[in-house]
Amino acid sequence: MSEAINNTLTAKDFATDQDVRWCPGCGDYSILKQVQSIMPDLGIKKEDIVFISGIGCSSRFPYYMDTYGMHSIHGRATAIASGLKISRPELSVWVVTGDGDSLSIGGNHLIHMIRRNFDLNVLLFNNEIYGLTKGQYSPTSPAGKITKSTPIGSLDHPFNPLKLCLGADSTFIARTMDRDPKHQREILLKGSQHVGTSIIEIYQNCNVFNDGAFEIYTDKGSKAEEILILEQGQPLIFGAENNKGIVLDGSTPKVVLLEDVSENDLWIHDEKDMFKAQLLTSFFDDPKVEGHLPRPFGVFYSEDRYRYEEAMEEQIQYAIEKSGKGDLDTLLRGRNVWEAE
Amino acid sequence: MTKEVEEKREVTIVFAGDSGDGIQLTGTQFTNTNALYGNDISTFPNYPAEIRAPQGTLAGVSGFQLQFGSVQISTPGDECDVLVAMNAAAFKVNFPRLKKNGTVIINIDGFNARNLKLAEYSNNPLEDGTLNDFRTIQIDVSKMTRTALVDSGLGKKEIDRSRNMFVLGFLYYMYNRNLAGTEEFIKQKFAKKPELIDANIKVLKAGYNFGDTSETFTSRYNVKAAKLPSGEYRNIMGNQAAALGLIAASQQSNLDLFYGSYPITPASDILHELAKHKNFGVKTFQAEDEIAAMCSVIGASFGGKLGVTASSGPGIALKGEAIGLGIMLELPMVIVNVQRGGPSTGLPTKTEQADLLQALYGRNGEAPIPIVSASTPSDCFNAAYEACRIAIEHMTPVFLLSDGYIANGSEPWRFPKSSELRPIKPRFIQSKNGDTYLPYKRDENLVRDWAIPGIPGLEHRIGGLEKEVDTGNVSYDPDNHEEMVKIREGKIQKIAETIPLQQINNGERSGEVLILAWGSTYGVIKTAVEDCLAKGIKVGHVHLNYLSPFPKNLGDIIQQFERIIIPEMNNGQLVKVIRDQFLIDAKGLNKIKGVPFTTKEIVDAIEQNVSVL
Repeated sequence: MSEAINNTLTAKDFATDQDVRWCPGCGDYSILKQVQSIMPDLGIKKEDIVFISGIGCSSRFPYYMDTYGMHSIHGRATAIASGLKISRPELSVWVVTGDGDSLSIGGNHLIHMIRRNFDLNVLLFNNEIYGLTKGQYSPTSPAGKITKSTPIGSLDHPFNPLKLCLGADSTFIARTMDRDPKHQREILLKGSQHVGTSIIEIYQNCNVFNDGAFEIYTDKGSKAEEILILEQGQPLIFGAENNKGIVLDGSTPKVVLLEDVSENDLWIHDEKDMFKAQLLTSFFDDPKVEGHLPRPFGVFYSEDRYRYEEAMEEQIQYAIEKSGKGDLDTLLRGRNVWEAE
Repeated sequence: MTKEVEEKREVTIVFAGDSGDGIQLTGTQFTNTNALYGNDISTFPNYPAEIRAPQGTLAGVSGFQLQFGSVQISTPGDECDVLVAMNAAAFKVNFPRLKKNGTVIINIDGFNARNLKLAEYSNNPLEDGTLNDFRTIQIDVSKMTRTALVDSGLGKKEIDRSRNMFVLGFLYYMYNRNLAGTEEFIKQKFAKKPELIDANIKVLKAGYNFGDTSETFTSRYNVKAAKLPSGEYRNIMGNQAAALGLIAASQQSNLDLFYGSYPITPASDILHELAKHKNFGVKTFQAEDEIAAMCSVIGASFGGKLGVTASSGPGIALKGEAIGLGIMLELPMVIVNVQRGGPSTGLPTKTEQADLLQALYGRNGEAPIPIVSASTPSDCFNAAYEACRIAIEHMTPVFLLSDGYIANGSEPWRFPKSSELRPIKPRFIQSKNGDTYLPYKRDENLVRDWAIPGIPGLEHRIGGLEKEVDTGNVSYDPDNHEEMVKIREGKIQKIAETIPLQQINNGERSGEVLILAWGSTYGVIKTAVEDCLAKGIKVGHVHLNYLSPFPKNLGDIIQQFERIIIPEMNNGQLVKVIRDQFLIDAKGLNKIKGVPFTTKEIVDAIEQNVSVL
């Protein structure tokens, strides 16, 4: 069905007439471009797509997508999307949110949306800073972060977003980055194909208030040594020379040189393996610390679990089968009626 | 011995006991049975906030008051004719409301030394002369119940749990009622536990037979059917009526009902009721918190459904920001506030009308919203229906104010036929309303259209940022903002054109004193005004169902009176709004005790304000 519907549409058809107002050089531009470019490939009619955001720089996103959209209030996009998805299960719903919006003020709705597993997609732009309010630390900023609100350094221990989501029984978690359009595109497509709540964390550079936060993972010089690309069924291999791998020593992941081990000993990525996914989310070391593990990118975990909105529809059908379609006059009348003359 | 049957016009009974004694169930059964006999009825459950407060204590007393009669009944009664007290604490809490020469039915098993101590009695009120002026019927209910069930094979705990049926059976005998309705209820309730069906019916009959065989009374009582306006009736509680009103609006507007809410006393019963009716396509969503409940409703409304939430004061406070978003988005949705005593957690199980100003003004910025108010338990149906109609036809969030008193109270309801309900027309748009689609283009009532996802060509973005007139694009233009603020205000004011003109509910159309009120004070004011009119005191009663905007003739009505008295269960809220809008010296009559006014309190206030008695 898919190709026939949108084969005439292009990324341009998903752009609006509104001027895009992010700061020049912002990582959000790259994400907008990739999202617009995958839209024609989804096989979904434009009018059946809805983007919902909260508050923050990233939350301007719906204004730039020529679909149905809502720019709502801080932290609540997830809750609004929940209500929309229950009422209109057939729509393709996308939540655009940031680290402050989804993990601080909206933390509660995020975890509850995840456990209910609505079939929708969450683009979590993580820039480890509050940009719209001009530069305070966020729940993902590293401890000790110097910002306007923490001149001597932040005291907060940061969230590990994907670990949090997996802890809430997420059925799909993935990570990508603004500076790698190809990888982004691949992950966006995989996320959109997942039936259930897809959490896609996107490392996004705020070049004004937190420039270079993820440079070590995007810079050509350091990237290869610091990132681990996850591919289903493939061994975990990384390094500038593709000469390093990860093995599991009991339940402890260790970096090894490929020359020291046989290929069979390497950790083979299996996105259906919850235990391994939990370990992978723990690859979260400070890259400045000696002996740290590389940071994984790709699909960590993917599982098929029932969707709340489908179960709700089934309950309604069950109630209709059991009691018959509701008749208003019968309902108003009730069971015990008497007559006054 | 043949006993006399004495006719009574009206009777008020209070059932009181521990919160685990099944008092609410007993009261509800007695109510339903009398309803089927055609009595007019008003009920008032009064229970503690704790689910199971320590047994036998004053804090744990649960009460159920009802007045039933062969005449029109508008209140649960100021004082009671009969007090049923299952223990000493229940007696102590409710005894002050017993009429002189009233009857008290005592479970003597609940007056042992321990019970007396828990009730903080130094002397036993059954023995110290307290009851000299009252008729006392003492029954060892526990012993009677245990005797009746000695061969049942049930444990002591289960046996004692059916004590309330003994009392109920006894009252059925006393008021000449048959047991059929309650027997049917017991069969349904315990369908999965047949041994409990037998036991409860046996105890119910034992109570009835005890009345018949004991020499307790010189007379039995009979309360004939009331002369209500002709038609078919059922008994209904306020929260149940509100739920049915929402379903009716959903059916009549052809919009699926989405109900997102978070449990809170005393609003949760609306959720419970709606969850039973999924075969009407009703989707009930128990959200993770109050904010999510409100936001899920916004999502559903954006999707083209009838989105409704309900809560009480503290929850409404949490929803405030999202309600503001609903106002900016100009989408239809209904927010029900079943008010309770505040501020903060306040008095969760007690009633109050102190959230009117919260509904009117409790948001940031200029955020006008229509407010509909329910006056009686059955009126919750009309109010809920009207709130939905206004929301859908005027594309706006609407507040519905109820309170704990009418939410849990019940009365006979002459239910409508669906064909009698006012039609509701959603404002869906299927194609562009200009060269491009203009989401905020309006009609003569300043109402925009409802373009829902799925319609090609109408893709658009809305949000909480200020909008440009017509296009809905984000705009920071100073003149545009002022214009939009005025438009949003004007849109709400224009609703006054579509709501009914205010009627004088009772009494004089002009003169010295007008009682102007809203909400659950309706019944008691009606009774008080009738008492005054019967005494020849000239007074009018106007009861508002529309609080924002007011009916457009309200100013004209008010001008016909010298003094406006506004009774409210708060520290003076409607009175502020009336003074503000009509520049008159309206006077408040305020009660802030968590319990409704008594008829006498209203009568006294009227008498103090008229020059000629």
